[in-house]
Amino acid sequence: MAYNLKEEMNKKERFNPGHRLCAGCGAGIVCRAMMRAVDENDKAVICNATGCLEVSSFQYPYTAWDDSYIHTAFENASSTASGVCAAVEVMKRKGKINTDTNYKILVIGGDGGTYDIGFQSLSGALERGHDFTYFCYDNNAYMNTGTQRSSATPRFAAATTTPSGVESVGKKQDQKDLTQIVVAHGVHYAAQTTLFGNLKDFSEKAHRAIYTEGPTFVNVLTPCPRGWGYPQEDLIAICKAAIDTCVWPLYEVVDGEYRLTYEPKKKLPVEDFMKLQTRFAHCFKQGNEWTLEAAQKYVDKKWEDLLSKCK
Amino acid sequence: MSIRERLSGNEAIATAMRQINPDVFAMFPITPSTEIPQYFAQYVADGKVDTEFICVESEHSSLSACLGAEAAGCRAVTATSSAGLSFMNEVLYVAASSRLPVVLAVACRALTGPININHDYSDSMAERDSGFIQIYAENNQEVYDNYLQAHRIAEHPDVRLPLMICEDGFITSHAIENIELEEDETVKKFVGEYHPENYLLKEENPLAVGPYGISAYYMEARVAQAHAMMNAKKVILDVAADFEKTFGRKYGLIEEYRMDDAEIAMVIMGSSAGTAKACVDMLRKNGVKAGLVKVRVFRPFPGEEIAKAIANCKAVAVMDKSEGFSACGGPLYAETCGACYNLKNRPLMVDIVFGLGGRDFTVDSAKTVFDRLATIAETGETGEIYTHMGQRER
Repeated sequence: MAYNLKEEMNKKERFNPGHRLCAGCGAGIVCRAMMRAVDENDKAVICNATGCLEVSSFQYPYTAWDDSYIHTAFENASSTASGVCAAVEVMKRKGKINTDTNYKILVIGGDGGTYDIGFQSLSGALERGHDFTYFCYDNNAYMNTGTQRSSATPRFAAATTTPSGVESVGKKQDQKDLTQIVVAHGVHYAAQTTLFGNLKDFSEKAHRAIYTEGPTFVNVLTPCPRGWGYPQEDLIAICKAAIDTCVWPLYEVVDGEYRLTYEPKKKLPVEDFMKLQTRFAHCFKQGNEWTLEAAQKYVDKKWEDLLSKCK
Repeated sequence: MSIRERLSGNEAIATAMRQINPDVFAMFPITPSTEIPQYFAQYVADGKVDTEFICVESEHSSLSACLGAEAAGCRAVTATSSAGLSFMNEVLYVAASSRLPVVLAVACRALTGPININHDYSDSMAERDSGFIQIYAENNQEVYDNYLQAHRIAEHPDVRLPLMICEDGFITSHAIENIELEEDETVKKFVGEYHPENYLLKEENPLAVGPYGISAYYMEARVAQAHAMMNAKKVILDVAADFEKTFGRKYGLIEEYRMDDAEIAMVIMGSSAGTAKACVDMLRKNGVKAGLVKVRVFRPFPGEEIAKAIANCKAVAVMDKSEGFSACGGPLYAETCGACYNLKNRPLMVDIVFGLGGRDFTVDSAKTVFDRLATIAETGETGEIYTHMGQRER
């Protein structure tokens, strides 16, 4: 069925207003769209890693989630989900729950809980083949603790642990390519997406991931106004810049086959993405021109690599 | 009818698990607990259980998976030792505060370093404040019996706390002893099915687990948890009473051994209690009024019961099989002293740290302790209060 924004927006909200996420944060949009991707009659269990989303969406005695939800700790959302997946299997087998009910196990964590501290449990759960979908809302740093660098932080971005200064131009290392690492686990479906336009790209990938059997993975570039330094209303424009500069290419991998889902008509220079955010402000200072060149070179190389995989 | 068998502690636990047929078992191997999931894997392979058996990538994940399963509505179990238990540390607290009654078998082993695979209680004692109920066994029979009682205690509505079944690494986990097993059907009937009130997969009523609790709510949650641990005392005794009625073997929070007229006594845990009992018998033959208190349940701590048991003694040695590095005694000593503080007439009490990393504790070792207690009782002088025993001097 073709994607229809009006129909999407008429679906019942399963992630409700009243949560405490910042204005201009992408995580709330991710959660709403993720829950719209679950078919109306299907049940969901959300397994959430510690982070901004967890402290903002389930502050006792209130929860923003209509569906069942569990948070245990920071690094173990995937292993907690493994237990929930096992429970679905065994309780159906033993007749303790309705065998006709579809339970969709959705795991969600930030880049801290996914790329870094939760990486081991994610890898383990992917390898074991549980039936769950992992959504990473990648905001490029540890935002809940105040923008410390993560392995998802791009090179040259200033973070509170990689500030710019006379001896520093921000983070020294390139970001970890987690989507490719997940693909290397041999999952049936993995994708990169972000928040732009009518959310068609996100919604279709989320639905496909959720309704593909076995472990699946959706990596969502999710800007953070406080950590990236942009006016809250620019959220979608920043996502758009990320895809038009190919800083965050949109693609999906189905059973090992790569497919590009968005190709910019005109590939924009990477500085068009960087100049929108104060975390890169130092790159535009006199004498730091080389950082823009290096950033461009990295993005070009990654883009070419991806294109060669998509052919 | 009981079945006479010969089993190691690990196989006794695995057998109890098979009879109970838990919904989920998440495993990660570590010596000396590894045999438990290995035996269990064979039961799964042979179709003797219909448990969902998950081989995860760490102990942190094995307990996390148990939490997910338990919250989803399952009876979930796992087993570990030593560094594995330490690695679970964070999740142990989450299990207890989320009130998820996971049952965790611990083959107690020393913590690094130096790295050592043998028995002491450094692993389980380090988790004494985690909110888990802790039940210790003297021998294989007790491990089996404790395990049969575990789920009913942990899952009781007045408790709803996770529980550790502790056995002594190698000494109990690997040594084969005669044991009385119970019939599968009798065990199933005694343990019963798990019917949680609320769970993640309850279709008609979703559940949210693990909130952010600000200062306005945190304390209420912790106090409720503290009360649950207090409630556990009665539930442990009630389940033990039903166990005795069903199977004929009697258990309490502590075991008093020849304490009626004892003037000198040891407070001790686990397999060492068996060794010390032999020494008590020997001394009694020689007219020495020696006795022993074995602490079966360490959490909740049976402070009143211990205090009552040793109140009329002249001198008591508390035997700590873990070093707390407090510089003034081990954990069992600290809590026993605390429990006795308000007694009108307190016995003189010393702490002896012994048996670390599997260092032998023999009847002769116990005799040395009782000899020292006799001197203390006679002179009224404790000498050094906190000492170690069995180590080379240089």
